[in-house]
Amino acid sequence: MPSLSFTSNLTRHVDCPDAEFDASSVAQLFDLYFTRWPGVRNYVLDDQGAVRNHVIVVVDGHGLNDRRHLRDSLSSDSEVFVFQALSGG
Amino acid sequence: MADRLLVGTRKGLFRIERQTSGQWDIVHSWFLGDPVTAVLADNAGAKLHAALDLGHFGVKMHRSTDNGDSWSEIGAPAYPEKPDGVEDKDPFRGLEIPWNTQMIWSLEAGTADEIWCGVIPGGLFRSTDDGDSWRFIDALWNDPRRKQWMGGGYDFAGIHSILVDPRDPAHATVGVSVGGVWTTRDSGHHWELIGTGLRSDYMPPDKAGDPLTQDPHRIVQCNSNPDRLWMQHHNGIFVSDNGGRQWRELSDVTPSSFGFAVVVHPSDADTAWFIPATKDEQRFPVDARLVVSRTRDGGHSFESLRRGLPASPAYDLVYRHALDIDSDGERLAFGSTTGSLWISEDQGDHWQSVSHHLPPVNCVRFEN
Repeated sequence: MPSLSFTSNLTRHVDCPDAEFDASSVAQLFDLYFTRWPGVRNYVLDDQGAVRNHVIVVVDGHGLNDRRHLRDSLSSDSEVFVFQALSGG
Repeated sequence: MADRLLVGTRKGLFRIERQTSGQWDIVHSWFLGDPVTAVLADNAGAKLHAALDLGHFGVKMHRSTDNGDSWSEIGAPAYPEKPDGVEDKDPFRGLEIPWNTQMIWSLEAGTADEIWCGVIPGGLFRSTDDGDSWRFIDALWNDPRRKQWMGGGYDFAGIHSILVDPRDPAHATVGVSVGGVWTTRDSGHHWELIGTGLRSDYMPPDKAGDPLTQDPHRIVQCNSNPDRLWMQHHNGIFVSDNGGRQWRELSDVTPSSFGFAVVVHPSDADTAWFIPATKDEQRFPVDARLVVSRTRDGGHSFESLRRGLPASPAYDLVYRHALDIDSDGERLAFGSTTGSLWISEDQGDHWQSVSHHLPPVNCVRFEN
């Protein structure tokens, strides 16, 4: 199943353990994760549901293409990482 | 009189407490490393609210119900979903205005468990359950004139001053940089743009008197005479005797009528304090001499208070929320962008240095 991991910088603020979910897109993966850990959502996504301006999502080694709607597709062994961008201070 | 002060800084929240010796010391720190942009201390109980700007990870709200012994994250005010096809751009620069809370700029208490919250980029929120949930004040946001607001200091407009009328908590007046003064009589369902007599030199002459183009840096209200408002405006100092409908400019204020912060005595509407700076691009004390300006006669005259403030060159700038007065009107405190903090116990006649080594100070608030 696709996996989701977070930068350790985020664990300082909110509990966000690594997890795996049966998901075919990043949007679905995030939805499932935020259903389980709802407090993480607004650390990663902004008020409109887009990826925050200074957050980076890496999907299988590449930057997320659709930062607004998260429609990038996933394979069964995809690895998704959420990092803090070096921009933004 | 208040013996405790909260100081929100770029690197955390601090509590300053008066010792039996009369010295004020740092006694607590919270959220170290994180910017604290606004704080609220419940005058009636043990509740504290702190607004954090985590940068990468957004704006967060934390609340303590035990005077700071413990804190919990609560919901942060968030914008509604932006409808498809809505164009919302800065009127002069053409930048898309984000429907995202970028910074919490003001927190004010109303009735029990009621909190108002003003944010950048120009949103206003109200909670009636002590911050557990927030209602977006869409009547103000959807007013077509809101789209004429523009950034003042920050990229986008923001609400920095919220005055809740102590006679009628449904009557609230807000100050917008840059967007003027707005008032509601029904807790935010309907709004009126007010502010005759204000002047904006940074606009073309035919727009200078337009209430919509005004840049109030900070507006405060006298608790015992709520119709008396004081304003530190980008173009000077203004005073109103009818709740902000009409303003009178005070000219020839020395050393400068430029600045950001103002407080008014809670029971003497004629007494107010300002912290002047060189206008307006330079923004440090006039001649590098830090003073506090005080009027005791409704603005007819001002005196410069400097006892206890640096005699040597000082380049401290005081942000709009970084000056406060306690509920008795005796004690004042202010903090600066260079991490200095001073307290006075005699209405500004004498100042005590608390620290010169804090992070840049965003806001100070007495725990009355």
